[in-house]
Amino acid sequence: MNTIGATLLRAGRRFVSSLPALFGVLVFTFLLMRVLPGDPAVFFASGPNAGKEEIEVIRRQLGLDKPLPNQLVIYLADVGRGNLGRSMMTGQAVAKDLKERLPASLELTLTALLIALVSAVPLGVIAALRPGSLVDHGVRLFCSLGVCVPTFVSGLLLIYVFYYLLGFAPDPTGRIDIFTTMPPSRTGFLIIDFLLAGDLEGWSAAARQLMLPAFTMALFVIAPLARITRASMLVSLGSDFVRTARSVGLSWWRIVVTYALRNAILPVITIAGIVFSTMLGANVLVEKVFSWPGVASYALDALLVSDYAPVQGFVLLMATIFVIVNLLVDLLYGIADPRATVA
Amino acid sequence: MTASASKSPLLEVENLKVTFSTRRGLVEAVRGVSLSLQPGEMLGLVGESGSGKSVTGFAITHLLDKAGRITEGRIRFKGQDITRAGGADLRSLHGAAMAMIFQNPRAALNPIRTVGQQIADAILAHRRLSRQEAQAEALSLLKAVQIRDPERRMSAYPHELSGGMCQRVMIAIAISCSPQLLIADEPTTGLDVTTQKVVMDLLAKIATERGMATILITHDLGLAARYCARVVVMEQGRLVEEAAPLTLFHRPQHPYTKRLVAASPTATSRIEDLVPGGERIPLVEVTELPPAPHGTPLLLDVKNIVKRFDDGTIGVADFSMAMRGGESVGLVGESGSGKSTTSRMICRLIDPSEGEILFDGQAIGGIPARDFHRSELRKDIQIVFQDPNDSLNPRYTAFDCIAHPLLRLMNMRAGDKLRQRVEECAERVGLPRELLSRFPHQLSGGQKARVGIARAIACKPRLLVLDEPTAALDVSVQAVVLQLLNRLRREDNLAFLFVSHDLNVVRMMCDRTIVLRTGAIVEQGESGALFANPQTDYTRELVDAVPHIAPPMAVATA
Repeated sequence: MNTIGATLLRAGRRFVSSLPALFGVLVFTFLLMRVLPGDPAVFFASGPNAGKEEIEVIRRQLGLDKPLPNQLVIYLADVGRGNLGRSMMTGQAVAKDLKERLPASLELTLTALLIALVSAVPLGVIAALRPGSLVDHGVRLFCSLGVCVPTFVSGLLLIYVFYYLLGFAPDPTGRIDIFTTMPPSRTGFLIIDFLLAGDLEGWSAAARQLMLPAFTMALFVIAPLARITRASMLVSLGSDFVRTARSVGLSWWRIVVTYALRNAILPVITIAGIVFSTMLGANVLVEKVFSWPGVASYALDALLVSDYAPVQGFVLLMATIFVIVNLLVDLLYGIADPRATVA
Repeated sequence: MTASASKSPLLEVENLKVTFSTRRGLVEAVRGVSLSLQPGEMLGLVGESGSGKSVTGFAITHLLDKAGRITEGRIRFKGQDITRAGGADLRSLHGAAMAMIFQNPRAALNPIRTVGQQIADAILAHRRLSRQEAQAEALSLLKAVQIRDPERRMSAYPHELSGGMCQRVMIAIAISCSPQLLIADEPTTGLDVTTQKVVMDLLAKIATERGMATILITHDLGLAARYCARVVVMEQGRLVEEAAPLTLFHRPQHPYTKRLVAASPTATSRIEDLVPGGERIPLVEVTELPPAPHGTPLLLDVKNIVKRFDDGTIGVADFSMAMRGGESVGLVGESGSGKSTTSRMICRLIDPSEGEILFDGQAIGGIPARDFHRSELRKDIQIVFQDPNDSLNPRYTAFDCIAHPLLRLMNMRAGDKLRQRVEECAERVGLPRELLSRFPHQLSGGQKARVGIARAIACKPRLLVLDEPTAALDVSVQAVVLQLLNRLRREDNLAFLFVSHDLNVVRMMCDRTIVLRTGAIVEQGESGALFANPQTDYTRELVDAVPHIAPPMAVATA
């Protein structure tokens, strides 16, 4: 239909206009890494006793002896060819490392976002239906706690309760316990790969492994989602069209869900997009607590040893994902709101 | 009414009281209203803002805000007490027995659901039909409300329809389950006069055809008189008078009704008659100024201005007019006719695409609107805006608002002189001095309008552009503001360019009138003659659409 075409056109235009920003991120991270203290050549020399000559040799190998602008040009040319450089830490190409770890991060973040949305939206709706009631205050308290408690604390707490005390959860390290055979990697998402391989036992093992870290992350982002749902639901419930819906005697469900919630969900989509991007980059704490082999913990490890290439690759990846998520939000918006194509 | 007491009424309201709990405590919005309605009757409920007329309507249909509560009284519908109805009773009542249509039709429709779906929703709420049958029914309802091209409109969203069409859709939703009572809350406020007439005619026709009783809630006495057999007047939550419209207009009993009737502009009223004797602003004796000496340039000479918008649409096409000092010219037309665009080009808030504007012999059309505030002539052309609420800076006191142009355009400094000048302006518009320290939200609508006028006359302009200056005001306040404007004009020999959709107001206020349609002049001439004897069909249509109170008017519900 015409509206879908218009939405796609708008999304395309948005994408093109975000390219300069991506380029800026690229250059900025490059410069930032050079400004930060720490000399990679010293780190990767054979040992603390390595002589000056040896360090010089490594430096020349790495191309660090060239002036900054030259380094930048070389770097940009490499990125243009899809070469993000080689990690000194793992000895592999950064692109390969990221490709291996990104599904782990995405799987965790998407699951967490799903859990957060599924719990935050009803919570927000319930709170908005009875503003000032006990339920409303309960939701507010829960949300405040979720934001106040840092993820590494809530993560450890969940581990203590569900793994140590109750024993429901498996050993909270990594994506899968060592006794389970990995499925053939198709998507990189374990719970999908297990399903594709028809291995239900493996699937449940992976899912159980996923639950604790996912809930830990979800707890942290339920608050913004529930609050925005509540606020926009309140506006929606007080609007003229909901009054119209009441005046013709529509059922409670129709009024709340079809009329109020479908209108209130628009700002929630926007916030969910932002929350997702933030989670993906900021979930390093959760990844560390649960030994999750994701991109964020990879980038942190690299940063600590002044391994430039992985950090730059990570930032570029995050920026790209951010752009893609915004595009998706745009598309969703175009579908959810017929007025969006006009503006 | 004694005659109707014999039949059993459809709706009976006895001593209804509604209280709202607000931050400042309990507020009684309706204080003991009793009325009854026969099946098929059309009753007008008239009052100004705050009179409790809408609250009464919402109380009857149980659509009050959560803060509002019926504290006393009884509502009986078909003999059944529904005062405390709830749950399932209410659902079967809503839509199926009584329905409501609202002011601001576009906001009353769900913005992200198609028109067809919304009508079908209403049908399915009370009848067991399949979705397809409901859609078919919805289509026939759209035909019943005479929407052009109903098949295509079924899949349209409210933002794709005009205000009048949205109101028709709303009517279709309201009548979808054939209710016996329809409450129309200001159904045509904000619509053009011609659209108002079409919508009201349609509503009256549907009500008669289906034998539906209707309560028309409105601030417009003329509208109520035209369509209702009986009119009830409310003031501050009480009923003050109830009568047939003609009796009400020709022999009002209650002092409030007298004031209201006098303030409602009619085809023959004069500015002086709008406010009854005691409260009239004394007209200052103004000696007619001698005609300007020969060779004085026209105050305003607009030559063939055109406004093209960025997307290629033409807002104003080839508009020319001339004005002498002290003259008042009215600009009328429906929404979209380009009257506001024209007035904004003339007061140099937007740039014309073509053409010339001469003010006092100087070409000002070429100065970009962005830079016009630096021009010497800015203080000579001032504007009074439509919405007194939005056109005042909420963080400025009334004093600051009036002082602002003096500081910016007259280069006055803060001090005694400025204070004197501001107080003088406030006094001229009848704004008490103690209100000067208040912020806009602490002022009433009429007081805000006065601040807006005081601000406009502070720099002693020669041309005042008034863009619907009284559209947002109650009639009694409008009456006072119009008198005030008229007096200021005479005293200062001000020229007025008066933009309005209210033909009666323009006729009273302006020597000459220009009728615009889709950006072009349709007709112009001396106001009295133009309205008494329109030369074009369009003007005649506009004039006929204005609800009049004159006796020979046929009553539509007959």
